[in-house]
Amino acid sequence: MTTTRDAIGFLCALGLAPAVFAGPPDSLLQGYAAAAKAEDPGHAAFSATRGETLYRTEHRGGKPDTPACTACHGQDARASGKTRTGKPIEPMAASAAPERYRDAAKVEKWFKRNCNEVLGRECTPREKGDWLAYMTSQ
Amino acid sequence: MNIPTRSIAAGLLVVGLTAVILTKARAGGDDYFPPVADKLTADECGSCHMAFPPAMLPAASWRRMMSELGDHFGDDASVDDATAARITRYLVDNAADSGGRRFGRKLMRGVAADASPQRITELPKWIQEHDEVPRSEWKHNDVGSKANCPACHTDANRGYFEDD
Repeated sequence: MTTTRDAIGFLCALGLAPAVFAGPPDSLLQGYAAAAKAEDPGHAAFSATRGETLYRTEHRGGKPDTPACTACHGQDARASGKTRTGKPIEPMAASAAPERYRDAAKVEKWFKRNCNEVLGRECTPREKGDWLAYMTSQ
Repeated sequence: MNIPTRSIAAGLLVVGLTAVILTKARAGGDDYFPPVADKLTADECGSCHMAFPPAMLPAASWRRMMSELGDHFGDDASVDDATAARITRYLVDNAADSGGRRFGRKLMRGVAADASPQRITELPKWIQEHDEVPRSEWKHNDVGSKANCPACHTDANRGYFEDD
């Protein structure tokens, strides 16, 4: 019995744990943190609260049909969204889509595109870090 | 009770064969466009909209589209150069006037040989095929855009675009 439990524990530690621990790789966050500090020496830490505000605010700086992140991703980051062409988008919350942020190049690609669509400019490193902090907290 | 095993087996065989024949007929029909089989193309072209089958546009269209991704119908869909080159090659190789000719030939009717149309939904044959769809259906919440083929063609992602 104990052996079985140990075996399960071992297997979890080996295979399942990384899948359960979701979110962007540390190197990506460290890169954003360093860049944020370079822009503002007073920068301390990323904030999920600021990230949520960024996510929900109607910026209206980009395209008219995408005033906010929520226009496509929806009000609930743990639920699916929908593109302007009707294609479903997997949830943004790391808990609901554990693999989403694993590829740093992909994360950068989408920040570039979508910040332009919504804000009409690229996001700052601090905004990116805050946004990821919010999604990781969800 | 005497179970007519042989009759049942014969019946099942007929049903099975019919299914196989129908599937083949569908796959060879006018409404079949092989779905994107290249993973990179499927991922990149399928993240915002359905990854449209390469046989739906001629090679010149795909070349032009892939060189203008920075303004892709108003959106920034740019990818790095190496990715763009690989995707372009796949689309061009399987386009309606190259590898995908057998499937795309009919859809190209009325398209000039030197043209590079960008919107599948503006091809003469596409317009003709969809003229029976009332305006209200395009505005339906579940449709939203003419690029949303699977909203009505429920098997579009497997390549079937028959009338529903």
